[in-house]
Amino acid sequence: MSMENMRQPIESGCPDGFQYMHPVMRRNYGLWKYHEHPRPGVLRHVAYSGDEIWTVKAGTQRILDLYTLRKLTEIGDKYGEGYVRFTLRSNIEYMVADKNKVEPLIKALEEAGFVVGGTANSVTTLSHTQGWLHCDIPGTDASGVVKAMMDELIDEFRNCRMPNRVHITTSCCQINCGGQGDIAINVQHTKPPKINHDQVANVCERPAVVARCPVAAIRPAMVNGKPSLEVDEKKCICCGACYPPCPPMQINDAEHTKLAIWVGGNHSNARGKPTFQKLVAAGIPNNPPRWPEATAIVKRILKAYQENAKDWERINDWIERIGWPRFFELTNLPFTKYHVDNWRGARNSLNASTHIRF
Amino acid sequence: MAKDIHETPMLDELENGPWPSFISGIKRLRDQHPDERINKMANDLLGQLEHSYETRKGYWKGGTVSVFGYGGGIIPRFSEVADAFPESKEFHTLRVQPPAGNFYTTDMLNQLADSWEKWGSGLITFHGQTGNIMFIGTTTENTQHFFDEINDYGWDLGGAGPCVRTGMSCVGSARCEMSCANEQTIHRTLLNRFTDDVHRPALPYKFKFKISGCPNDCVNAIERSDFAIIGTWRDNMKIDQDAVKEFIAKKGREYVIENVTSRCPTNCMTLNDDDTLTVDDHNCVRCMHCLNVMPKALHPGDDKGVTILIGGKRTLKIGDLMGTVIVPFMKLETQEDYDRLVELAENTIDFWAENGLEHERCGEMIERIGLVNFLEGIGVDVDPHMVSHPRQCSYIRTDGWDEEAEKWYQRKMEEKQQAAG
Repeated sequence: MSMENMRQPIESGCPDGFQYMHPVMRRNYGLWKYHEHPRPGVLRHVAYSGDEIWTVKAGTQRILDLYTLRKLTEIGDKYGEGYVRFTLRSNIEYMVADKNKVEPLIKALEEAGFVVGGTANSVTTLSHTQGWLHCDIPGTDASGVVKAMMDELIDEFRNCRMPNRVHITTSCCQINCGGQGDIAINVQHTKPPKINHDQVANVCERPAVVARCPVAAIRPAMVNGKPSLEVDEKKCICCGACYPPCPPMQINDAEHTKLAIWVGGNHSNARGKPTFQKLVAAGIPNNPPRWPEATAIVKRILKAYQENAKDWERINDWIERIGWPRFFELTNLPFTKYHVDNWRGARNSLNASTHIRF
Repeated sequence: MAKDIHETPMLDELENGPWPSFISGIKRLRDQHPDERINKMANDLLGQLEHSYETRKGYWKGGTVSVFGYGGGIIPRFSEVADAFPESKEFHTLRVQPPAGNFYTTDMLNQLADSWEKWGSGLITFHGQTGNIMFIGTTTENTQHFFDEINDYGWDLGGAGPCVRTGMSCVGSARCEMSCANEQTIHRTLLNRFTDDVHRPALPYKFKFKISGCPNDCVNAIERSDFAIIGTWRDNMKIDQDAVKEFIAKKGREYVIENVTSRCPTNCMTLNDDDTLTVDDHNCVRCMHCLNVMPKALHPGDDKGVTILIGGKRTLKIGDLMGTVIVPFMKLETQEDYDRLVELAENTIDFWAENGLEHERCGEMIERIGLVNFLEGIGVDVDPHMVSHPRQCSYIRTDGWDEEAEKWYQRKMEEKQQAAG
């Protein structure tokens, strides 16, 4: 097609959200008074005007096929009021003004195989990335890990039995697009990239790759008479940052790409300031199709948290109160030299006091 | 139905168990969809995914695909094993910007589904980690057709690559009593000011706006956005003492002491003998904990505004960074207020575009050059709210002290005069 026949884009950017908002929400925008949580998966918000809106939240498979999406909209038309939204963790929320629609809506969702819950102090859906289904640099799958884990955590999604809410994330490479979480399951490579020296010169912009390395372990080199790159394997931290700009530096490995588990990431300012997650377990096999080893550790951590934390303590609050030695004891996870930070600012993570729990 | 269905013994395992299965969903497209383009694509996609499960490797590579007039917004994917799985050899994702708060009517979702059925694989995610609707899987040619169709009824591409990215906002004022911000207006004002920077990647790296209505920060703005706008208030929190008494009658005094007053990070709450609560509002840091526990009794104040933090990001390359407070409080009510917000964003992006290294996030640049240089670059005065504590190392030249101290007193005097009207 010649250029003049091409359609010019309409650069409308982000659309107006009010047009898709339930009329009760539009009318009471910024005028909400309080909310209640009558049962897991259901919220009742009351406005100063006296209006109320009911929300039913459900977990889905996130990668929606047309049939599933149309099932969700059909339920919204038949049992809801035609207005939905999606949460950050890809749960769908149906908003209705009529309280009597709540129970039939829940029933319809559950009959169609969706899972109602995920509110308040539950374990909500794992937020995840694209993985083998669509990413160009994944060390593992994402949707599959989440499916396998949610199969085992489904009762904690349906109920609110945790001390506070639990956000779990997964990431399929060390860039960690999944973000921070109370528990994060992330890829952890354990060996330096394997370089295909025949391809580097053709595929990679070498200075950009050198600049990408966080520890300056990559330098230009002639290999077999061809311009390529070499890695100082002693310096290399196996992060995989060189792989996206230079695919011939293959970091993913069927055997040596492992999973690691991190805990205590908390975005909220409630009680303490927001916190980053900390490494607790590594060397976990990347074991499709159901990753049982990773799930087992997550369940162990959740159990210790559930049994030992006080109401309203997020995982980071709980560990701050009981201390890390006790955390490792309660979860029966080994504390190793790899847990001691040596990255920039690491000194701040060392105990420079006599505050020791016995 | 597609011929020669690939065996998928490992993926089949993911059809077991009670959680909804994405594999069953893709199989429905393969087995039930009448259009050969879709059912064959689903079959080969499953074949490639099974191959990934068996070999523990990914087989997609990137490339360059966009729509006419734009430079980004598409995640191009070409299969490295296209010989074995030719029908899904091009499997690009379109990133489409959702409205703030991710609201949809079912009618609109159906319309989007119909368009995607016409041009794509039939797989959609609400939403990706940056916040886009992800229309997963189509050919280079159909990328343009699908975009043309949905662009005609109000949808535009989001960011991909080194550009301003799609924004993210919490449900906010639309439904949440905690919100102190107008997420809808903030989100659209900022994102649509930078439409050009969304569509044509030309910045050092990605730049993300995220908006949370209150300090619970449900969109993780501080942790994962370059420019976090968080709703807050600066007058006293509102206490409905009758609702406090009702809460105590139901839960008991001990519950309130254990779960509310003693959890206050600044010890600014007192539970009185008559079952009322007193708050030392000057020491309240708006952490939200007590409001979260007692949403019926405690509410944000009336003098609402936002706190802005700049420089948050995930691991690559220097490690995770939280955003830093740049504006402790600003009102967002009048057009002038919004102009100031936009100006701050413009100054930040301009300064970073000028001074950031290739592939360096704004927060990494600040880390490299120091906060003070950044503040001077964007024309913002230093403020003690920006730090956890003042400098602790004595190795610092202070020969401009008198001038700087004078600036501070001058500023304080002006603020006083302004407050006095």
